[in-house]
Amino acid sequence: MKPGERPGAEAIERKGWLGAHRWLLARRLSQLVFLGLFLAGPWLGLWIVKGNLASSLTLDVLPLTDPLLLSQVLASGNLPENAAFIGAAIVLIFYLVVGGRVYCSWVCPVNPITDAAEWLRRRLAIKAGAHFSAQTRYWLLGAILLLATTGGGLAWELVNPVSMVYRGLVFGMGLAWGILVAIFLLDLFIGRRAWCGHLCPVGAFYGLLGGVALVRVGALRRERCDDCLDCFAVCPEHQVIKPALRGADKGLGPVILSGHCTNCGRCIDVCGRDVFAFTTRFANNHRLANNPRPTNPCRSAIHFRSANPSRTAINTRPVNAGDNHPQEVSS
Amino acid sequence: MTVPVNDKGGMGFDPGRRRWLAEGLRTLAGVALVTGLLGVYQRQARALPATAIRPPGASTDEADFQSACIRCGLCVRDCPYDTLRLARPGEEVALGTPYFVARDIPCEMCDDIPCVKACPTGALDRGLTQIEEARMGLAVLIDQEACIAFQGLRCEVCFNICPVRGKAISLNKQHNPRSGKHAFFIPVVHSHDCTGCGKCEKACILEEAAIKVLPIALAKGMLGKHYRLGWEQKAQAGESLVTPDLPHHYNLPEGMQYEHGGRGLIFGEPSPAPSPANPLETLNGGGGNP
Repeated sequence: MKPGERPGAEAIERKGWLGAHRWLLARRLSQLVFLGLFLAGPWLGLWIVKGNLASSLTLDVLPLTDPLLLSQVLASGNLPENAAFIGAAIVLIFYLVVGGRVYCSWVCPVNPITDAAEWLRRRLAIKAGAHFSAQTRYWLLGAILLLATTGGGLAWELVNPVSMVYRGLVFGMGLAWGILVAIFLLDLFIGRRAWCGHLCPVGAFYGLLGGVALVRVGALRRERCDDCLDCFAVCPEHQVIKPALRGADKGLGPVILSGHCTNCGRCIDVCGRDVFAFTTRFANNHRLANNPRPTNPCRSAIHFRSANPSRTAINTRPVNAGDNHPQEVSS
Repeated sequence: MTVPVNDKGGMGFDPGRRRWLAEGLRTLAGVALVTGLLGVYQRQARALPATAIRPPGASTDEADFQSACIRCGLCVRDCPYDTLRLARPGEEVALGTPYFVARDIPCEMCDDIPCVKACPTGALDRGLTQIEEARMGLAVLIDQEACIAFQGLRCEVCFNICPVRGKAISLNKQHNPRSGKHAFFIPVVHSHDCTGCGKCEKACILEEAAIKVLPIALAKGMLGKHYRLGWEQKAQAGESLVTPDLPHHYNLPEGMQYEHGGRGLIFGEPSPAPSPANPLETLNGGGGNP
């Protein structure tokens, strides 16, 4: 990115505006389709999907249940009906395939809000801000499960902006607008990507799934990278890019294996040189197996080995214990 | 996040480690604060307003219900009468949980109980298969001063609208002392049969309903567990458990008798022995007379 230019300018020049916003548009469409499916019932009388993101019934046969909510119900000592278990299993399997935090970037109603805040933050060049640890979300996730275990029930659902907004849109908003405004202001003035990237325990939960999910973004043609940093500028979890994009010397594969990656595909859009593409976690396998350079036992390699034990080519390579590169870099 | 290793074997001052610790503690403190506030808030959120009635099959223990309900609104969707609604932010009911207000739209007591069938978590208990067994609350004729039945006027709307007709609400005929020749038809709710559907509250003709559905815990009293009702014990045992069971003496003019529950006032039959002037004599004398 040249000084004064917005991220993605080169990509727009090379691929055209549509080509440089392909995945962004697809995501917005996906968010609208999900919302539309839920709203078609109450607004148009087309009852394709009933319920909300907590639990729903599609075409009167397909139950879907939020696994995080189900775990809170279980933690508080309740045994739900089978429908809830089946629904949660379907959701789990789905996100284990397409990527855990696909929920965040393709479904969650808060995503357009934080994206808007981030966009405005960039336009207004707001730099200052409080720093939240990106680990906060895991502590919060633990805390809400602890609350459920110690008799607090589904305490998180009293304040959860994700379900509040969706429920609000489908069942009546009440004062839920307030929390959207609050998140917008938080992300705009207080901390970059503060909510989705640091605090939200729902995202943390799906991030845990994402750690082992199949579909990934990979810097498959990373040798083409010209260090313009556009991808870092737009990535909501920019710490996940570095190991994949810059890790070749350290023997890291080009596939982004961090569970924090939301598979939003924005890096694919803004890259003028088509470095990134959607792939699967096994793409690292081929790349590494065909890579003549010695490989260090880093976390990505462990991931790939556990994912596919039949391909253990790198196991036999020399191990240098002192040269250990953690895959996730704290932001 | 990486933990910087101290070259001095962890003995000396390490700014990296110190920063890491400080940030960790900051995060922990923040999360602990939020968790504490959330814990307090969720306790308060259990305070269900008396006018908010939970759907059929919901636990009467609000904490139980709130930890089982996933707030999906499937019960709301399957309610054919739009009775149920999900609590919105800013309302007094715990956010996202289903409830209804009887005075707005009462429960129509569907035979197939679709709301219970829709619930994926069992927060609405699927063991409830007969809607007459639902106990959403209890109707209470809460304002006898306003209820026109107590003025001696004919209304009986609550009695007539009641889906468990004649059982959950009965009419108790009483003398009207104001006119001296009319009757009061007093509606009386029987908790044994009342489901708390709220149809009576909805139908009450007053500006503000005189009969209202309240949470059972609020509406019901309870006799001390040690209490025994003498006449029930007597009927059970077949005889009085406290001896002697003395017949009552009525102090009546000569030549008159009174038989409770039988012929009433009797003239012209030989009187039993007159009661002694001192009532203690009767009591101390045992059951020897009449």
